[in-house]
Amino acid sequence: MTGGLPAHDGPAGRGQADGTPEPARGTPSEPVCETPPRDPGVQPERTWLAWRRTTLTYAVSVGLAARVAVAEHSATAVAAAALGAVAWAALLLTAQRRRRGLAVRQPAPMDAVQVIGTLASVLVLIVVGGMLL
Amino acid sequence: MRDRISGTLRLWFSPQRLREEGTTPDYRFSLANERTFLAWIRTSLALVAGGIAVDQFLTGLRWGARTTVAIVLLAGAALCAVRAVNHWVRCERAMRRGEDLPASRFPVLLATGTAAAAVLVIAVVVLGLAGR
Repeated sequence: MTGGLPAHDGPAGRGQADGTPEPARGTPSEPVCETPPRDPGVQPERTWLAWRRTTLTYAVSVGLAARVAVAEHSATAVAAAALGAVAWAALLLTAQRRRRGLAVRQPAPMDAVQVIGTLASVLVLIVVGGMLL
Repeated sequence: MRDRISGTLRLWFSPQRLREEGTTPDYRFSLANERTFLAWIRTSLALVAGGIAVDQFLTGLRWGARTTVAIVLLAGAALCAVRAVNHWVRCERAMRRGEDLPASRFPVLLATGTAAAAVLVIAVVVLGLAGR
């Protein structure tokens, strides 16, 4: 999964521990992401970016729904687009909450709010798609 | 069987119960599992977008054909999203127990379904079948 990276954890401390050999890190002059580096695979950051991609993908569908609402002017389409926008905001909040969970040294797996919140917002979007038919 | 289903359902809504068994795996494996979950969620979202787009942009089709394709895509999206949660829970549990990760037939089903839908849309668009 991590492409043959060493199995040990990242440096225990921040700051002066930056000198430990870490093949996957960038040059020292690069700005460090706001979460402290933990392992050479920057797993928490990659996971956060996966959340970001997911919220962006969601926004595409909400945008499509908004386009329909503007083009058709029907009450159903406007309600569907509004519902989609609200669900998108909920997904953003879920992702933001997860971001805080990822910002610790050894992040715990997702909790129920994140799993069910994500599932629920996707199901709401499917309802939105059904309303637009 | 019913116990297993209800047990898995309970895990969906309270994944913290997973901690009751096995040992905590390296957190990086959990994060990889989480990214896989999110990738499946994005697959589902792409199917939703496809469903909306088919309904909006394939206006050359009869209403029935268009709506059928859209509904199939939306139903596939729902299946994909629910299955994403289920697969995440099962992988997380397998990692805690030190078991093999669950094998699944779902990817091949999804690939077959997507290919069939694509062929259908191509036939409809290019050959003008089911036109108005």
